Amino acid sequence: VSKLFRHHEFVLLAILVVFCFAIGIVNPAFRDPSNLFGMLKNCVTPGILAIGVLVVLISGGIDISFPAVAAFSMYVTCRLAQQFAWLDHIGVLLLVAAGIGCLLGWVNATLVHYCRLQSLIVTLGTGGLIRGGLLAFIGTRIITDIPHSMVEFSKTSVLRVESGLGETVGLAASIPIFFVLAIVAHLILTRTMLGRGIYALGGAPESARRVGFNISRIQFFVYGFMGVLAGLAGILQASKMRNANPFDLAGIELTVIAAVVLGGASIKGGTGSVLGAVLGVAILVVLANSLILLGLPSQWHKVATGLIIILSTGITVWRRNQTSLLTGGPA
Amino acid sequence: MNQSTNQTSLRPRNFISSLRSDPDFLRLNVITIVVFVVLSIVTGGRIYSVANFESMGFMLPELALFSLAMMLSMLTGGIDLSIVAIANLAGIVAALILTHLLPVDANATTTLLWIAVALIASVCTGAVCGAFNGLLIARFQFPAILATLGTMQLFTGAALVITDGKAIIGLPEMVQTFGNGNCLGIPIPFLFFSIISAAIWVLTARTPFGLRLRLTGSNPVAAAFSAMSVRSILLRTYLTSGILASATGLLIIARTNSAKADYGTSYLLQAILVSVLGGIRPSGGFGRLRGVLVAALVLQLLASGFNMLHFSNFIKEFAWGLLLILTMMVNYYASRREMK
Repeated sequence: VSKLFRHHEFVLLAILVVFCFAIGIVNPAFRDPSNLFGMLKNCVTPGILAIGVLVVLISGGIDISFPAVAAFSMYVTCRLAQQFAWLDHIGVLLLVAAGIGCLLGWVNATLVHYCRLQSLIVTLGTGGLIRGGLLAFIGTRIITDIPHSMVEFSKTSVLRVESGLGETVGLAASIPIFFVLAIVAHLILTRTMLGRGIYALGGAPESARRVGFNISRIQFFVYGFMGVLAGLAGILQASKMRNANPFDLAGIELTVIAAVVLGGASIKGGTGSVLGAVLGVAILVVLANSLILLGLPSQWHKVATGLIIILSTGITVWRRNQTSLLTGGPA
Repeated sequence: MNQSTNQTSLRPRNFISSLRSDPDFLRLNVITIVVFVVLSIVTGGRIYSVANFESMGFMLPELALFSLAMMLSMLTGGIDLSIVAIANLAGIVAALILTHLLPVDANATTTLLWIAVALIASVCTGAVCGAFNGLLIARFQFPAILATLGTMQLFTGAALVITDGKAIIGLPEMVQTFGNGNCLGIPIPFLFFSIISAAIWVLTARTPFGLRLRLTGSNPVAAAFSAMSVRSILLRTYLTSGILASATGLLIIARTNSAKADYGTSYLLQAILVSVLGGIRPSGGFGRLRGVLVAALVLQLLASGFNMLHFSNFIKEFAWGLLLILTMMVNYYASRREMK
């Protein structure tokens, strides 16, 4: 079975490479380092969120409150930093936002675990609660004078390359953070008992409980981890945009869930990998970028997103049916 | 004859004992009374004005019809996130026919004819969209969330492409009367809604299809082994949900005199909230129509109350989220107490 899953990621990689070459031939602007680095930078926010969604999906749940969590922790952190100057360091800001996100994630975990409620309905409720609470009681104003360290961070780059037009373009510092988070998540999922537990919980919850996995600890880790990643993604997004917009990220849940499903995760739990999810995000970002480069009018973008979600679900469902035919398991 | 006496003897004797046998519905009625009392105190009795009830009579049908569509898919254990998108698309199709194909100086008969054409076209749109959902879910075994998440984007996108993102305005007078007029002192949309909900009640509570719908929701494997075609039941459920959504879309364009690709997106959360509040189990199989209707009334009352108090939309979103979670928690603890 693991060979087949590796196969799925290989297919995704092949699609991505072929796609990039095709667009590169049609429009040479695609191959410019500034465009490539720009696309990598655009992968960061959805990519970090996708890792969190992946872990939740593997555990057999779903979270659609994460854009609200990200916006909430980002906005509150920026407001706090305006009050307390000593918070104005990128590491501290990331930590604070991650902490707020983690607490909000635990609220979801409490409701899902102790009240045995469906995660879709719970996170639909908490999403409305968190976004509504943020906009009604904390603020709707876009903060343009974000903490100094965030502006500095967005200017920092780790690698400088001469672009085709003769200007130097840098690889944004948020990209290594994204890679580190992806590797950490990969190691947790594949190399620890906790990771085994997450897969077991998603595959067969009752068996996981009887085998002796601590279900409540796994649930709290899963939703807490999602919250932490949402907080981090929120700060990195605000730093990229150079403003703290409480309306930001709304609606991104569709794209992110689509990317993770494209990456091979099942909404019923138990399957999926970090590499697949990251490749899924990369394909969607390249696609969105090329829709603009290929000159598709903006009204068509929603149709394209819808078709991609349907197609990616279709491919995953079809592949799974093939797999279950081969292994003789239930459909 | 024999059958009808049997049925009456099986039914609870009166309303009170019917409440005792259905704790979900009893709780809902208590909530309704509490909401009524609190709102009347907070608004100083303004909520009871005739004008307010009349405006609720125009607003309630939209939310209630969306909730009924949501109820159908939830009864099978699925969910339909595309209902608002279908309603807007179907509304746009009707509005396009009425504004582009209908001659400006048409007499009453021609207008009526074109309205009938628009009606049929828009219901067909809803049916096609619903059938597409059903096909993905029943035939290709897509998880309902993902299928309808995708089609929601697809249908909204199609509506955006057709309209270029602009609102279509200027519908014939007759259509506006349908959306804003009264018949015997009752708002016409409310009459329209009453007829449709009666039909849905018959469908879910008095036909074999309704029973199969519930059985599919509570245990699809057992349903399949009981010689039921789960596929055809799911297909028909999402088809009906699409048609209901298109009827709602017609109601919306008639009332607002405009059709827009992204109208009323907040109805989605509210429709799920109403279904859950009304006692529909999101995992499928359980729940009754009357609960959904009372829940829709509670939500509309709250919305009207919030409007009177000049609360912002954000506070409403906050309140809906809170209400959804509280209801689910109360239902969970109540069902656990019953188990003991």
